[in-house]
Amino acid sequence: MAEVAMTVNGAPVSAEVEGRTLLVEFLREGLGLTGTHVGCDTSQCGACVVQVNGMAVKSCTMFACEAEGAAVTTIEGMAGPDGTLGPIQAAFQEHHGLQCGFCTPGMVMSAASLLADVPKPSEAQVRTYLEGNLCRCTGYQNIVRAVMAASGQAVEERSQ
Amino acid sequence: MGRAKTITRRSLLIGSFAVAGGVAFGGYKLAQTPENPLAVKDGVAITPWVKITKDGITLITPHVDFGQGAYHMQALLIAEELDLELGQFTVDPGLPSAAYWNTAVADENVPFQIDDDGWIAEGARLGLQGIFKLAGLQVTGGSSSVPDSFEKLRRAGATARETFKAVASERTGVPVAKLHTRSGSVILPDGTGLPYTDLAADAADIEPVQVDDLRAPSDWTLLGKNTERLDILPKSTGTLSYGIDVQLPGMLHASLRVNPRRTGVRRIKLRGAKEMRGVERVVHVTGGVAVVARNTWYAIEAARAIEFVFEPATYPAEQREHWAEVKASFTRDRRDRTWRHDGDVETALKKGDVIEQGCQAGYVAHAPLEPLSAVVLVQGDRAEVWAGHQLPQFAQRAVAKIAGIPTDHVTFHNQYSGGSFGHRFDLGFIERAAEVARQMPGTPIKLTYSREEDFAQDNPRQIGASRARGVVRDGRIEALDLKIATTSSTQSLVRRLGFPFVTPDPQIVHGASSMPYAIPHLRVTGYKVPELAPSTYWRSVGAVSAGFFAEVAIDELIHAAGADPMQERLRMIEDPASRRVLEALAEMSDWADGGAAHPAPNQGRGVAIVNSFGVPTAQVIEVTHTQAGIRIDRVFVACEVGTIIDPVNFENNVQGGVIWGLGHAMNCEITFSDGAAMQQNYYDAEGMRMHQAPEIIVRGLESGGKVRGIGEPPTPPAAPALSNAIFAATGQRVRELPMYHHVDFI
Ligand code: FES
Ligand code: FES
Repeated sequence: MAEVAMTVNGAPVSAEVEGRTLLVEFLREGLGLTGTHVGCDTSQCGACVVQVNGMAVKSCTMFACEAEGAAVTTIEGMAGPDGTLGPIQAAFQEHHGLQCGFCTPGMVMSAASLLADVPKPSEAQVRTYLEGNLCRCTGYQNIVRAVMAASGQAVEERSQ
Repeated sequence: MGRAKTITRRSLLIGSFAVAGGVAFGGYKLAQTPENPLAVKDGVAITPWVKITKDGITLITPHVDFGQGAYHMQALLIAEELDLELGQFTVDPGLPSAAYWNTAVADENVPFQIDDDGWIAEGARLGLQGIFKLAGLQVTGGSSSVPDSFEKLRRAGATARETFKAVASERTGVPVAKLHTRSGSVILPDGTGLPYTDLAADAADIEPVQVDDLRAPSDWTLLGKNTERLDILPKSTGTLSYGIDVQLPGMLHASLRVNPRRTGVRRIKLRGAKEMRGVERVVHVTGGVAVVARNTWYAIEAARAIEFVFEPATYPAEQREHWAEVKASFTRDRRDRTWRHDGDVETALKKGDVIEQGCQAGYVAHAPLEPLSAVVLVQGDRAEVWAGHQLPQFAQRAVAKIAGIPTDHVTFHNQYSGGSFGHRFDLGFIERAAEVARQMPGTPIKLTYSREEDFAQDNPRQIGASRARGVVRDGRIEALDLKIATTSSTQSLVRRLGFPFVTPDPQIVHGASSMPYAIPHLRVTGYKVPELAPSTYWRSVGAVSAGFFAEVAIDELIHAAGADPMQERLRMIEDPASRRVLEALAEMSDWADGGAAHPAPNQGRGVAIVNSFGVPTAQVIEVTHTQAGIRIDRVFVACEVGTIIDPVNFENNVQGGVIWGLGHAMNCEITFSDGAAMQQNYYDAEGMRMHQAPEIIVRGLESGGKVRGIGEPPTPPAAPALSNAIFAATGQRVRELPMYHHVDFI
């Protein structure tokens, strides 16, 4: 057992954890933040992506104790305290970027890192950056449109 | 369209589910309507779908939502007639009940093709519907949610609306004719609004007002418009609770290690698993053990430490044996039915040079992104279950059986699921959770599958192959004899659910026998491969393989005839709806008159049209043959349904169905070795990733006729259109799913 302390969505948290507790386990079962999902637990699907010090990380591949002292942001921290959606979430909402929504938190968190690095990505950059996030349903087209829109770029109207 | 005219009495009476009639879920007579399951305190339940108290409005949406948008669609139908705005109500799947029996799923379970509207087929559907009603069978699947709900939920909304008007009239003395409704209220002539919530208590005292006429589509304010899915907000903020997120006080977590060969255990070595950190207990379950621990990861880690010697599988251990069985199935003995015979195929084949080809399509897992999970609490002679399931009453019954209690002592709470695609038709995960919970009464047990366990235990889609023989003459297809042999996923699933299965299975040729062409001599025959690995429904069921077989064979014959794949299909097409669809597609993809836009030498385009679940769907796929492999550039899709209820979600489902079809066609299969699936995680069966996904341009046509669902029909044409495009670009025919055995994809 070890004491681990970090901030999660701006709030300081600390807890006793076993050395090999995964970050995703700490978030979901320890803190009850179930918005971070587990689809594969082998870094294949990206459903578990969170930000650790601003970097997108697959939280199924990181031990909680490795996040000691870090600032962790999960999907629950992407909306304002008053519930106002973050720009990426708002774009997912407006452009219908989800079906079952199980991939959505990971998509939003990965997209957030992309946009922090590349504020106006090309569509190809979005697709390459989000390649590690599987959507099984699969709404890739609207996800790409949502991310493009979140970066303030125009997206084409729907087909039909 | 010519069809097999003979039908035995036995198959008329016994549809695949018809035998379920022997197991009634309640003592309902055919003519009786099951009683309303909603009990409401301080309010009213008008029909089994509308529940209103002074505190709020709940719409019951019994078709479970695993991403296809079923909750939203059902709520829209009720809200349209009840004059509710989005945001004025909550939705709830309700508890399983015979009142929610599925009126539409019979369409695909009679031994007729879904587009056969002859009187015998329709009669059989009605008969089977009666039995579904008798059994009170509640089903989500088979693209039946929309057809099942379209009338009855609008009627439920209208009944509630007129009932509230009657109450308001009684209360105010204003005649009903002078009242109207808007935004959750009855509006008096002076503009005063009486909210339904205020009228609810009084409404409980009167008989619901039956309504005959529903509003005309021209009066709709919600249906047919772009609306924002009700669940989009909680899903994009991470606050929606899926089955896997359920938390109960005192809950313990279980992980399985069970025989991937679906038989028993010879020896177990626990290797200290019981003493590992966090572990509370190790309990026996069918086929292996479950480790119960304080959290999922402890349970998974301890489960992995255990060593087993498993019993061998009862089906062939090696994949090549599965294929050998499939290929040995084109025999008189295994002939299931000739579903279509136009002209005289035998004579026509004798008169020309016969072109032969054959295709095959392997097993594929479902692998929705949310792994399977179930929470079960057994307490005394009661049990409670939290899980996402497409057959909630079967889940309820399965738990009752394991816990040794009456079915109506089991409360089943259907949960949001992160995808299903047919995965949640099977009961294994719920049964295993119940087996653990029975051994730990009073403690809620959450069983969560690891991704590896989910792959290992998945009952994949059917496996099959085709044999086609054809003749071309004067630039046209003269004859085609198409034989399709697959295992029957319907039979496999229905038997696991506890019922015999005796009819021919229309799913074996679904999408092939319904091909929309007038070919002078055409025969389509299904052969049933005896059960190998257990299989189950998989998005688009039989049509994913039969559609592939048919449309690749057709393309090869068109090529042999020296004709253009689009022009020749357009010339042959007979079914009017299919013609409208293909014409729209030709226009969209600029392939209307021999192709204005000629692809570059390393590019190719392919077309396919498959009519499945009553929806003709056609696609043109454009590919580029690069140094690194095939790149899928663009997909055009046209399809025709009766009415598009929710255009945004419609398009989402179409695009999803196309990528589902393409991704699995590229690289997904389950193969068996030593009786176990060799694929363990997404790295073995990846599907399509975002950088590979093409642009998809969708056009949905509305016939105004019979309403159909769109969850599945977009999948079947994707693989053959891709194969046909690869041929156009490379000259190579790909006759196997998955295709990565033959071509590389970028
Ligand atoms: S759960 Fe972490 S990548 Fe899939
Ligand atoms: S919306 Fe279901 S996995 Fe992406």
